[in-house]
Amino acid sequence: MEISDNMDLDQEISKTVGSPLLESKVRIACRDVNVFYNKNVQAIFNVNLDIGKNQILAMIGPSGCGKSTLLRCFNRMNDTIEDCVVDGLIELDGENIHSKKIDPVVLRANVGMVFQKPNPFPKSIYDNVAYGPKLHGLTQNNSELDDIVEESLTKAGLWKETKDRLNKPGTGLSGGQQQRLCIARAIAVKPEVILMDEPTSALDPIATATIEELMSELKSTYTIVIVTHSMQQAARISDRTAYFHLGRLVEVDETGHIFTNPIHSLTENYITGRFG
Amino acid sequence: MENHDHISNQFDNDLESIRNHVLSMGGLVETNVKNAITSLLERDQALAEEVATADFKVNQMEIEIDEECTQIIARRQPAAGDLRLVLTAIKMITDLERIGDEAEKIGRYAQTLASKKAKTGMHLELQTLGEKVSSMLNKTLDAFARMDASQAMEVVGLDIRIDEEFDRISRLLVSHMMEEPKNIKSMLRVSWCARSLERIGDHAQNICEYVIYSVHGEDVRHTDIDKVKKEYLSKQE
Repeated sequence: MEISDNMDLDQEISKTVGSPLLESKVRIACRDVNVFYNKNVQAIFNVNLDIGKNQILAMIGPSGCGKSTLLRCFNRMNDTIEDCVVDGLIELDGENIHSKKIDPVVLRANVGMVFQKPNPFPKSIYDNVAYGPKLHGLTQNNSELDDIVEESLTKAGLWKETKDRLNKPGTGLSGGQQQRLCIARAIAVKPEVILMDEPTSALDPIATATIEELMSELKSTYTIVIVTHSMQQAARISDRTAYFHLGRLVEVDETGHIFTNPIHSLTENYITGRFG
Repeated sequence: MENHDHISNQFDNDLESIRNHVLSMGGLVETNVKNAITSLLERDQALAEEVATADFKVNQMEIEIDEECTQIIARRQPAAGDLRLVLTAIKMITDLERIGDEAEKIGRYAQTLASKKAKTGMHLELQTLGEKVSSMLNKTLDAFARMDASQAMEVVGLDIRIDEEFDRISRLLVSHMMEEPKNIKSMLRVSWCARSLERIGDHAQNICEYVIYSVHGEDVRHTDIDKVKKEYLSKQE
């Protein structure tokens, strides 16, 4: 097991540093979460992390630090990977997401996801957004569906640009517009949490700024967790920042604090661009 | 804290260059202050004149370092300890420039005092204050050079002694002015020199507070320094 190779690291990060959240403000809580691939490769080590309501949490860290793996735990996307075992407790609003009562399909509607590359369905703009509500039976009739599509596209800041071309294919939009379409698609099924895995890494600075602005607006309604390689992006948009290193959560705190005065030297070395 | 180099060597060089330039500016200001005090105490007109005209170099350095800091913020977006160092440099050079201005003022008064036929001898009362201020400035720059927050905390405490000495001189000058009103003009000049020296102490204190911020990330301005000192001592134990 890798764990024996990193005894020093485990000693150095015996406990995650940073200030905890008030319990009443927690949307997602992770307790002693471990994730294994193929039984003998451990990707996540004893992560304890609280994600606040109506907040943006940015997860940062070098490649392979486990931030995307952990992100995929929050809506049980790892269930789809063979030989991936998630151990420990993950709660959404106080409820264990691995409990038998929970249907992963419903969970994934409740905890939506936006990926690195925009991936609209090869369907019309309208159908991209309407697909989820139809699947989950959220509407009684077409007029209600029209309303959801308009509301979701408006929230995603895409309504003005697309209202006259709703029947055109979603793939015909620009990269930034496609990504906003994916956000509209996630919003359409009325989630509580939106997970974003490097949502702007394929976009130009203007499209990136639009998405970031959108995220700031959306956090009044949703909890957002974003994985990003851009530290400036984490600094710009997030309320709290979590730093991961070789599968361990090293530090989580208010973003302003992390970027001016981090507690752990590993965090400091990463955000200042030093070799750890 | 472990201190690694940046992945970018150029970033290391840029930060190091800012540090070095602030240190040279500090060295220049320190020399000007020392010369100002010497010219005052020894009534050395030539030296006083030199001090009164040497400040332009300090001003020039302030502008150059300011530009360097602006560039590094624009190009590198420094974070954490790097950000605190750059902010410290920006604030510190303002205080150094003002110390330079005070030295220049002392130089001007020293020129007049040296030329006065009426020797009141009161300028010699500034010796202790001058020594205390010189020593405080020296320790301040040393604390910055070594990024030594403990020393900076010690130095912050020295400002009280300087204020006490300033009060003593002020009282002395007031009583002499009452006794010999004809010397009021030159006594006022001595008083202004004392005020300039006291202000240098205040600027040195500011710099020490920036050093503490740079090292610990905590803003200790306008707080009780003894309390801060105790907190850090208990943390270290």
